[in-house]
Amino acid sequence: MKELILIIIGSALVNNVVLSQFLGLCPFLGVSKKIKTAAGMGGAVIFVITVSSALTSLIYEYVLTPLNLEYLQTIVFIIVIAALVQFVEMVLKKISPGLYKSLGVYLPLITTNCAVLGVAIINVTKEYNLIQSIANGFGTACGFTVAIVIMAGLRERMEHNDIPQSFKGTPIVLVTAGLMAMAFMGFAGVI
Amino acid sequence: MNKIGERIYNGIIKENPTFVLMLGMCPTLAVTSSAFNGIGMGLTTMVVLVMSNTIISLLRKVIPDGVRMPAYIVIVASFVTMVQLLLQGYLPAVYDTLGIYIPLIVVNCIILGRAESYASKNPIIPSMFDGVGMGLGFTVGLTSIGIFRELIGSGCIFGIKVMGDWYEPATIFVLAPGAFFVLAMLTAVQNKLKAPSATNVENESKLACGGNCISCNRIDCGEKSKAESED
Repeated sequence: MKELILIIIGSALVNNVVLSQFLGLCPFLGVSKKIKTAAGMGGAVIFVITVSSALTSLIYEYVLTPLNLEYLQTIVFIIVIAALVQFVEMVLKKISPGLYKSLGVYLPLITTNCAVLGVAIINVTKEYNLIQSIANGFGTACGFTVAIVIMAGLRERMEHNDIPQSFKGTPIVLVTAGLMAMAFMGFAGVI
Repeated sequence: MNKIGERIYNGIIKENPTFVLMLGMCPTLAVTSSAFNGIGMGLTTMVVLVMSNTIISLLRKVIPDGVRMPAYIVIVASFVTMVQLLLQGYLPAVYDTLGIYIPLIVVNCIILGRAESYASKNPIIPSMFDGVGMGLGFTVGLTSIGIFRELIGSGCIFGIKVMGDWYEPATIFVLAPGAFFVLAMLTAVQNKLKAPSATNVENESKLACGGNCISCNRIDCGEKSKAESED
């Protein structure tokens, strides 16, 4: 149990997926204009990454390893993730229109998020078992959500600030991300 | 011959993937802590890009339109796996430093972007050189960011000390926050000079996703190309 908590904290805060590993930057910079959309995106990412890390870990352990096909991991994982996102979208549409309405719009965007494939590959390189993989996926996605919601909060405030003309738009967002990355470096001592 | 030269010029200068199109931000920020890493990542991506462009162009009349994205992804993923195994075997130093970012070339938007916007519509030779041009452009972009960060952050270029003893390195520039700061400065300068770049051009480019990952806030952006993945 203690080990799992360490994995979750490690992947959520110490090695934050966006701010120290630079995965999933597109949605982080693109969908972080409003807190509400950022939180929605975060929720969808938590769901997809947790399920996909369970699925990829199972496939790696029970299909690829017994058949000695470990080298096919990249191809298999990307297909699994793309199919999973499509499948989740269809299922949600059918059984829970309410949830689909709040998460559905973010789902197509998630296939375009390299954090999902990144987590699946990290799980394999670190030789995590099924439970550890799920914990790592969940932690990573929580880290993503924390980062994107904080970012959205800051951007909402910054909208009314007096920013030098040439820093408006992308540059100020990147400076903010840099400062956040510095703050998150402080977590390095936690574990 | 002209066409080839034009493609290479287009990739390095006119539509430079790092400075103008702002594609592939994840590797741009992640592996540019030194010039050597930048060049390694750039060349690895170029090899994948040339091969995938060639094969996709070759198969452009065979692949049905409805499943083209999954087909492209499988082609790209196969080449990435091949390159990964080759690096592991022959250049273990590069393999170790780039680590997880090698398999993640699959979801680099430059590769799928070029497949979608160029290789799927053009003959083999121009597509191949489009890959060479774009790959070189990416390499130039990553290497120059890498040189800048390494110079400021550790006073070296390619591991060779160039600054005198008087220089106190600002280590933050080789760490994660430095990547964001360098890119922020770069985009701010581009805004100031009104240089053509995806961050300050309003109109949409011809790329699948508007070509502008960094300020892509269109929620429907994934809708158009469902299976397309990018970093």
